[in-house]
Amino acid sequence: MEITLKKLTKIFQEKDKDSEVRAVDNLDIIIPSGKLIGLLGPSGCGKSTTLYMIAGLLRPTEGEIHFGEEDVTGTPPEKRGIGLVFQNYALYPHMTVKQNILFPLENLKVPKDKALEKAQYYADLVGIGELMGRKPKQLSGGQQQRVAIARALVKEPRVLLLDEPLSNLDARLRLQTREEIRRIQKETGITTIFVTHDQEEAMSISDEIVVMKDGLMQQTGVPQKVYDDPKNLFVAKFLGTPPINIFKANIENNQLVIGEEKVLKIEAKDQEVIVGIRPEGFNVDPKGALTLEVEAVERLGRDISIIARHPKFEGHSIRVIVDADTVVPDSGPVKMNVRANKCFIFDKETKERIR
Amino acid sequence: MVESKNNLKAWLYLGPALILLTIFIVYPLFNTIIVSFKEGYNYFNEDYSQFGLGNFAKILSHDTFWVAMRNTFFIVFVSVPTSLTLALLIAVGLNSIKPLQKLFQTIFFLPYVTNTIAIGMVFAVMFNQSSGLVNSVLGSLGVRDYLINWVGFGASWGRAMTVLLIYTVWGALPFKILIFLSGLQSIDKQYYQAAQIDATPRARVFWRITVPLLSPMIAYVLITSLIGAFKEYTAVVALFGLDTEIRQKGVGTVVWYVYFYLKGPLLANGSVGWAAAAAFVLFLIILVFTFINLYVSKKRVHY
Repeated sequence: MEITLKKLTKIFQEKDKDSEVRAVDNLDIIIPSGKLIGLLGPSGCGKSTTLYMIAGLLRPTEGEIHFGEEDVTGTPPEKRGIGLVFQNYALYPHMTVKQNILFPLENLKVPKDKALEKAQYYADLVGIGELMGRKPKQLSGGQQQRVAIARALVKEPRVLLLDEPLSNLDARLRLQTREEIRRIQKETGITTIFVTHDQEEAMSISDEIVVMKDGLMQQTGVPQKVYDDPKNLFVAKFLGTPPINIFKANIENNQLVIGEEKVLKIEAKDQEVIVGIRPEGFNVDPKGALTLEVEAVERLGRDISIIARHPKFEGHSIRVIVDADTVVPDSGPVKMNVRANKCFIFDKETKERIR
Repeated sequence: MVESKNNLKAWLYLGPALILLTIFIVYPLFNTIIVSFKEGYNYFNEDYSQFGLGNFAKILSHDTFWVAMRNTFFIVFVSVPTSLTLALLIAVGLNSIKPLQKLFQTIFFLPYVTNTIAIGMVFAVMFNQSSGLVNSVLGSLGVRDYLINWVGFGASWGRAMTVLLIYTVWGALPFKILIFLSGLQSIDKQYYQAAQIDATPRARVFWRITVPLLSPMIAYVLITSLIGAFKEYTAVVALFGLDTEIRQKGVGTVVWYVYFYLKGPLLANGSVGWAAAAAFVLFLIILVFTFINLYVSKKRVHY
């Protein structure tokens, strides 16, 4: 089911004052059918609001939502054919796992034996087939999560929506569960939208990501493409761990100059700019153009993480990741070359990408 | 050492409450039980003829006692379920409206902060035969013979009991509504959103989600209101006033019966023993019902 959001806007009226908050602002997104889409952004960016509008629990102030050809903007949630997994799962605490999964089917008046069969099928699919007799309280967070997914899937919705599906899980379960969500989505082929503030989570399992900030869509696309080609400074900073390194720089005579050093050849007019260089965008090279002051070196086996300083650097400390076999001194100045495809240049005022 | 010091502190904190409870609850309770076995107990010099079951035999042969017992059970089994159901429905209704919610909450809570006796008198006026509001309304609705004698001199048991039940139900509502409302407001809204997405009909939402999630409150309200209804007394006095009126209409409760024999001409001839025996019987009945209640709610109440 292809989902189209057309100029979707949600304005919340402040209770005590006349002021208003544009939680979602003119969102135009096409979500392709059968894909896993991550709505990504910092808290307060409007991603959950967008999800709840797609679910029908929130009414858009302006704009339209289409499921395929059908305009569902005014359709109540129960008629949209969606499954929603809440952030804290919202499993009915007084019902067993089985009763929880069967509950949506009762409303659809599915015959008892058919319903039981379906409930068992989806319970097995998410890997909780053995736990049908338990109450939610007797389950771990990860298991509750799976029950919630099974309950959302059992009525075979057109769209599956997940609100921060991994935020209540510990780090190890998070890795495991995100693979699980990916697998379930692939097996069912259901169009799935999930909301997260964790860029790694979104990038690792999404077919496409939608990056949002302050209610505005920043960029959308295949995760690697967005990572390699960020549209603006926000997207560049938001994606990637460790985060991108930001420097103040100048363009002089078609050269990118950081401090006094000419780092790269660039065709642009002379101006002050902001430069972002990915941690993996450096090569240690005695003839390198950029000099960093090494503070510490972390040898992690697979690679080396260098923590360094530079007078033009914006922020706390520079992170550089290089191959494990690179020779790096534990402190002092080190010369680096910057890889052009890992280096992005932004306008100082608009923060838009120049190159 | 530290522990014994802490123990001392704990007893010190508990002390005032324990002393008051002992003087006003524990001692009278046991004293009542003892007195109930003292036959021919003289209230003035505390003499009695012998220990035995005479007082119990006496009250069981007493018509007024059986009338009182019947009335009490009537109130318990009509007013408790009725007020419980009404309170639940009103609470759900109040919880689902947004505008004026606070105003309605206040209106429904008014009976709780108003004097029982005063309201009883207002009720008596409202149900007055010739000038009462209720009869006027019945008249304007076109009811024939609408000048019904509800609570006046010579009113029948059925009519007097109807007014008594209306009064007790109405008086019992506010506290229950308050408990249910706070219970409802503590239920996570997401359960309802989840139910809505699954197209759950409203009746099923109520029975399968609201009631189970509210069951601890329901159990609590059921137990406390059962006990309260078994001990109903003020409503009777507030509505009908004099003992002679109450006897004539046959609307006395067990607690009224107890008070009735704690005063009057028979105090020297053992009537306090009858009152004590009646109180003890009521105590046992309440005990049994509370145990049944606790047993059932353990099985039915979730979490």
